[in-house]
Amino acid sequence: LYILFCGGSTLLGYIGIDTIIEQMRKKTMKTGFEFNIMVVGHSGLGKSTLVNTLFKSQVSRKSAGWARDEKIPKTVEIKSVSHVIEEGGVKMKLTVVDTPGFGDQINNDNCWEPISKYINEQFEKFLKEEVNITRKKRIPDTRVHCCIYFISPTGHTLRQLDMEFMKRLSHSVNIIPVIAKADTMTIEERQEFKQRVRKELEMSGIEFYPQKEFDDDMEDKSDNDKIRETMPFAVVGSDKEYQVNNKRVLGRKTAWGIVEVENPNHCEFAQLRDFLIRSHLQDLKEVTHNIHYETYRAKRLNDNGGLHPISTNGTHDSNL
Amino acid sequence: IFCLLEYCTGYVGFANLPNQVYRKSVKRGFEFTLMVVGESGLGKSTLINSLFLTDLYSKDYPGPSQRIKKTVQVEQSKVLIKEGGVQLTLTIVDTPGFGDAVDNSNCWQPVINYIDSKCEDFLNAESRVNRRSMPDNRVHCCLYFIAPSGHGLKPLDIEFMKRLHDKVNVIPLIAKADTLTPEECQLFKKQIMKEIQEHKIKIYEFPDTEDDEDNKLIRKIKEKMPLAVVGSNVVIEVNGKKVRGRQYPWGVAEVENGEHCDFTVLRNMLIRTHMQDLKDVTNNVHYENYRSKKLAAVTCNGVDTTKTKGQLTKSPLAQMEEERREHVMKMKKMEAEMEQVFEMKVKEKKQKLKDSEAELERRHEQMKRNLEAQYKDLEEKRRVFEDEKNNWEAQQRILEQQKLDASKSVNKSVSQYLAF
Repeated sequence: LYILFCGGSTLLGYIGIDTIIEQMRKKTMKTGFEFNIMVVGHSGLGKSTLVNTLFKSQVSRKSAGWARDEKIPKTVEIKSVSHVIEEGGVKMKLTVVDTPGFGDQINNDNCWEPISKYINEQFEKFLKEEVNITRKKRIPDTRVHCCIYFISPTGHTLRQLDMEFMKRLSHSVNIIPVIAKADTMTIEERQEFKQRVRKELEMSGIEFYPQKEFDDDMEDKSDNDKIRETMPFAVVGSDKEYQVNNKRVLGRKTAWGIVEVENPNHCEFAQLRDFLIRSHLQDLKEVTHNIHYETYRAKRLNDNGGLHPISTNGTHDSNL
Repeated sequence: IFCLLEYCTGYVGFANLPNQVYRKSVKRGFEFTLMVVGESGLGKSTLINSLFLTDLYSKDYPGPSQRIKKTVQVEQSKVLIKEGGVQLTLTIVDTPGFGDAVDNSNCWQPVINYIDSKCEDFLNAESRVNRRSMPDNRVHCCLYFIAPSGHGLKPLDIEFMKRLHDKVNVIPLIAKADTLTPEECQLFKKQIMKEIQEHKIKIYEFPDTEDDEDNKLIRKIKEKMPLAVVGSNVVIEVNGKKVRGRQYPWGVAEVENGEHCDFTVLRNMLIRTHMQDLKDVTNNVHYENYRSKKLAAVTCNGVDTTKTKGQLTKSPLAQMEEERREHVMKMKKMEAEMEQVFEMKVKEKKQKLKDSEAELERRHEQMKRNLEAQYKDLEEKRRVFEDEKNNWEAQQRILEQQKLDASKSVNKSVSQYLAF
């Protein structure tokens, strides 16, 4: 007998409403997830290494052999690589979008435009599918759910390019800033740098994920507040293993010690991973769908004066 | 004295010359100008403090790194260092704002201008009549900081070094080298050297000496180029020893440990062994380059062909004065020409306006005439119409009258018949 109290009445039998969770789980396991992550930052900040470390597999575009003498492209390119990874019966189609050439030129004016264009193109694709008369059962979701922006560990402040990029794109995609190659800084330097970065972001009105305005309830708010206090996460990435205290750990071996990637005393990689994958993955997708995509859709439909057939024009302006 | 000389055959005494030079230079003191170039946050100020064991940039006088610059500035700070009776006037030239903007085109221009202006000062001082004091403010060495990306040189690095390798001794350094593991560092260095050779960049080369021992050391240094450095002035205790380094949770990166980074190599090379050579190369190669280019340009411009190239019958300064006068005259002429052109254009425009006004008048007249003609036409038509109308009315009346007459006559005939 399972007695359920709801609103004063008692049911003297087991109905089984709570099995809906199990049914949902089974369904999602069969259909699988899609997750699209974009990494932005100038070359040499360890973007590909970090993505590989996050998903514990070679998923970045550099996974097929380290091409060290890869030339820096003259304009920003958008390269996306998709993999299907599986864990505990759950399949995830992970797409990593890389942006080589960002911030590498002498003149970096408007280097954010190809990225903005790409994000809007994905929204456009989704919108077109949604507006179709005969819709597909499951619209393929190529929208960028999360954009990890790599901040250079100068130790001073954010660079002008960082501010420009985040200002322009924080309204169309979830931006998660991280401090790259955090093993450059000592712990004190790191704290000071983080504080300065946070203050600068606040003063410029740049809202990174998790945005304050989308906190649903008090519980969310307190959780997210704690996370916002520690952001931007100072991370170190590595795909090499070393032996430390009889354990195999991922790390970087220097002449004065081994930097352990998953050691919370060394860097905040574990926090980033938990935040990104273990607790907020679904929320990232939801915010992208409910807020960023809806903003795009509303603007698109308003501009066209109604549900007119939407034509693809190659010179689509960024909606910022 | 003559007898003394005859007794001491073989020993003349000029072997003492280096000592004399040494004593004179020590009395005079040395000057050295070091320039540091690189994006902010690469540890330039910290490295300078570590190299010269001073706090050139401290909390009271924060270095350029603490101030945010919108454009590239070139700032110099002088410091007097004394050690063992030798006095060194060290000038550090910093370039805050280099490579920090979104658009960094030509951010090397202020640097080039600075170096050229110092060479020009020296050239002018050299050409003066009174050469009592000739301060040497030329840049003797430029340390270029490369960000430790681990991949290769950035386009900005290549552009800068290409433009400056002919003007100053460029020594590339890998900054914040504690970011890289030893293997990454090796690969990075190889990649950088490859790219430097590809782009034909001439970095400072260590001269070979006659001493074999020294040569071995020099070769070792050459293999380590570019030097990967770490800077710090914080003293930390490691295994009971006090060392300068950076404290991480996983260990201490020691600045002066040869296994950790190449800082000691840099310091020894820059200060202890090659400082004089850097000054010599600056004087003999870079400065001479500048001088010959400057003077050749001066003599080639606007000088009549009877003078042969390179022969100065006037001092370059007077030549420059003449050039300046010529330039001013040219400017005046251009100004006058522009005024003329302007006047002409104004006249043309006025003429055009007048023409179009006349045209408008003409058209106005014509239209008026057209209108009048039409009016007359209309009047004519109306008259014709009136005439017709009158005619028609007259005809109608006649018809009526005829009808009346006709009916009257019918009546008359009827009444006549009846009367009968």
